[in-house]
Formats: sequence, C-alpha cells, structure tokens
Amino acid sequence: MKLITAIVKPYRLDEVKNALQELGVHGLTVSEASGYGRQRGHTEVYRGAEYQVDLVPKVRIEVVVEDAVAEDVIDAIVKAAHTGKIGDGKVWALPVDTVVRVRTGERGPDAL
Amino acid sequence: MTLAAASADTGDTAWLLAATALVLLMTPGLALFYGGMVRTKSVLNMLMMSFVSIALVTVVWLAAGYSLAFGEDAAGGLIGGLDHVGMSGLGPDSVQGTVPTVLFATFQLTFAIVTAALVSGAVADRAKFAAWLVFVPVWALLVYVPVAHWVWGPGGWILERLGALDFAGGLPVEIVSGASGLALCLVLGPRMGFKKDAMRPHNLPMVMLGAGLLWFGWFGFNAGSALGANGLAAAAFLNTLAAGCTGLLGWLFVEQKRDGHPTTLGAASGAVAGLVAITPSCGSVSLLGALVVGLAAGVVCSYAVSWKFKLNYDDSLDVVGVHLVGGVIGTLLIGVFAVESMTGGAEGLLYGGGLAQLGKQLLAVVVVAAYAFGVTYGIGRLIDATMGLRATEEQEQTGLDLTVHAETAYDHGVLGHGAPVSSSVVSPAQKVTPQA
Repeated sequence: MKLITAIVKPYRLDEVKNALQELGVHGLTVSEASGYGRQRGHTEVYRGAEYQVDLVPKVRIEVVVEDAVAEDVIDAIVKAAHTGKIGDGKVWALPVDTVVRVRTGERGPDAL
Repeated sequence: MTLAAASADTGDTAWLLAATALVLLMTPGLALFYGGMVRTKSVLNMLMMSFVSIALVTVVWLAAGYSLAFGEDAAGGLIGGLDHVGMSGLGPDSVQGTVPTVLFATFQLTFAIVTAALVSGAVADRAKFAAWLVFVPVWALLVYVPVAHWVWGPGGWILERLGALDFAGGLPVEIVSGASGLALCLVLGPRMGFKKDAMRPHNLPMVMLGAGLLWFGWFGFNAGSALGANGLAAAAFLNTLAAGCTGLLGWLFVEQKRDGHPTTLGAASGAVAGLVAITPSCGSVSLLGALVVGLAAGVVCSYAVSWKFKLNYDDSLDVVGVHLVGGVIGTLLIGVFAVESMTGGAEGLLYGGGLAQLGKQLLAVVVVAAYAFGVTYGIGRLIDATMGLRATEEQEQTGLDLTVHAETAYDHGVLGHGAPVSSSVVSPAQKVTPQA
C-alpha cells in the first residue's frame, strides 16, 4: 500500500476529488496547509509599505491506496491539479506498512 | 463664549445634543479603526486604550478640566479659572450662548476624549496599560485643557487675541494629538521588530467600519461646532463631506501611481486625512477651499506616513502622518481659503486677505505643536522614570491581550494564543520597504 500526499492550490480541490472518485478511491483526507516552493509568496501593500508574505495557502490531500493503482492515482491528481502556472504544488508517495479500520479491526487492503 | 442669552434656544439645543452624541461615537469608532490596524495579539488592548479614555477624561473634565479650559480667563489668555471646579455653579438653567452650559461642557468633553484616544495610536502594541491610565488624566489637564483655553476659552490668546482661526479643533485636537503621539513614541522607542517584521493590520473590515463611524461622528464634531442649528452648521457639514471625499480620492490616486493598487486601508486613511484637515477650516473656507484642503491632505498624508521608516520613529498607526500633518495642512490653508461670508471678517490669501491670516495661522501651529510635544515628552519621561512606560519584553512578544487583560479576541483554536498559523507566521526576516 502507498500513502499519496498532494499539496495543491485550494481551488483545484474539487477537480482532484472528482478525479479520485472516478478512479474508485473510496476515501481521502483534506487539510488546510500553507507553505512555499520556489516561487515564494506574494506581496501585500499597507499604507505604502510592502510586505513579502512567504506562506501561501494550500490544501493537503492524503489517500492510502493499493500498490497497483498508486501510479494511476498520482497521474490523476497531477492532471486534475495542473494549471501550468507557478505554485501548482507537489505530489509524493510513501510505502505504508499497516492500515487498520477502527470500526471493524480489519487490516491491510481490506481496511481501505 | 460666556455671553448669556436670556434662555436656551430649543433648536440649537436639540442639534447640539445630537452632535454631542455623534462626537462621543467617534471614540468607539476610533477604537475599531485602530483595533483593526494592530496585530491579532493586541487588538483588545488597543480597544481598551480608547474606551478607558472615555472614562478617565470624563472624570478629570468634570473635576477641573472644564473650568480650566472654559472658565473665566485667569492668566493672560493662557488658562481658565477654578470657578467651575466640580461643575459648581452650573445647573440646568445655566446658559452659554443659546445652549445650556452643561450641554456645551459635555460637547467639549467629547473632543477632549477623542483627542486622548487618538494619541494611543502612536504607542500601540507596547505601552504599559497602567502607565496609560496615569498618562491620560495628567496629559488631559496639562496639554489638552490649556490649548483648548487658548483656542476657544474666554480671552484665549489664539482666537480672541491673536485672531488665528480654528473652527472645530485643528489645534487642540489634531495638532495636539499628533505632536503628543510623536513625543510619546519617541520616549517609548519602536516596537520589537520595527522595520524588520511585517506588522500587518489584522482586520481591514474592522478598520473600514471604524473609519465609517468616525466619518459619521465627524459631522457632529464639525457642524456641531457652530453651536447652533443654522446655516454655518450646514456649510461646515457640507465642507466636511466634501473634504473627506477628496481626501479619500487623493490618497487612492497616490497609491495607484506609487504602488499599483488602490487599497482599503488607503481609502480609510485618505478619508480620515481629509476630515482631519477640514476640522479647523470647515467653518471658514469656501466649498472650493474644502475640496482642495481634503485633496491636499489625502495626497500629502499618504506620503507623510512613510517618514517614520526614514526618520526611525515608530508611530505605530500614523498619528503623526495623518493627524499632525493633516491638522497643519488644514490650519494653514485657512490663511489661503478663508472667505468673509463664512468667517464674518477674516479673508485668506486667495480672497484678497493678503498674508496676514496665514501668518497668524502659522504662529498658532508652531506654538501649539511645540507646547504639546514638549509637555507630553516631559510627562512621558516622568512616567517612564517612575512606574515605567513600556510593557515587558515577554508581554510585548506574547501580546498584551493575553498578558495584560487575560483575554484573547478570537478563538481560532489552533495555537491557543488567538492567532491562526497563517496570520502569525509571516515571514520572520522580511523587508519593509516604504515606497514614498
């Protein structure tokens, strides 16, 4: 199993969610995040004084999937989140040892 | 000022009652205006400095302030007497002009309140609250009250003897608050992180609401200063509206040219700058004059707020850039735009009056600014040497809301201290680049 984490622009969240549903991914976790990549943040102006704000708002999407579909899921997220403009985000995958469904105690792929 | 009519005029009294309530509303409005401009961690402290000024100034005003400002002159136009200490000798039947004396005293009290509250903008985020509680009454008696007597008191040297004009308080309110704010922030020193950290306004809608309430109250401030329901009040009212508008537009114009963005903070600041400048002049200038006074204030003040970065004094919320500079502009321009139909005598440069009036205005500005700066600096140093004027480093770092008042303004439920990660972690090593 793989944990796939995606940091994307907040307004692409719906697109990513729909793409994952089409692939048959049952569940996902979304959290608000902030940070910056190579483009850094943005500039704000207050009474003529400019402030460079580093951390820009993002959403973090996390899904755990079976190894076999991991590449397809990554591709789907990248396609849905892509705008071609700076700040589109990142997607990465990590191996997952164990998953347990709290309600039933099922383990492994059955728990997904 | 003490010429007694047989009895109060009901129309004048009704208008002044309403105007007094309007001016009192300016202080809570100012609290929101200032409160929105500080960071999340000290917004309640900022609100408190205004609200507590209402209570402190009212008490000292009733005790002795009114008598010293508006009692019979006791020393060559410099200070009033003690005849009305504790408001003694004044009852419901006492009349000042065409309004009850107690109403006149209350109307003037609201001016003293908002002036004290204005000073707090210069010391935001770092003044010790207990020191503010001591500063306000002492300052009101030693700085505001004498200047109010000079300008409006019976026999006051500025208006009655020198002949300089100030309709609604450019000298005692705007210039005094600006010069006092400058003095106090010099004693206090800059906020931790000044010119290094971003200190963004935490709530601009709150700033806009505060500016709106200030503007609303300002009609009572300026039109109420006619002390009657009459044509002069109406003219002052219209001038006030006109100057606020051109001030707003002037500031936005500068921002668009300089920064490429017309901002909400700029709109609020520009309107206030225009209103500040028309305060002394609303009862003496033509409508054209009012439009120019507002525009000049909007344009000049939008540059003046960056002086603090160049000259290295941390006037946190730009009391100097907006109130001192705006007040000077408005007071001086009386010497240019005064018209006989408004003043009943004096005329400005543009209307054939020559340089005489401008000279009188300039002298009044210099003396009042120097007096307010000097005495406030002295009070500030004295408080600093005895009880301390500045909050501790820990209080300032954590925020005065939590450390002084044991409250936080917002429950964001993230880090506990009332601030979400996204608003508290703003670029620790950021440049602050004033564009002007």
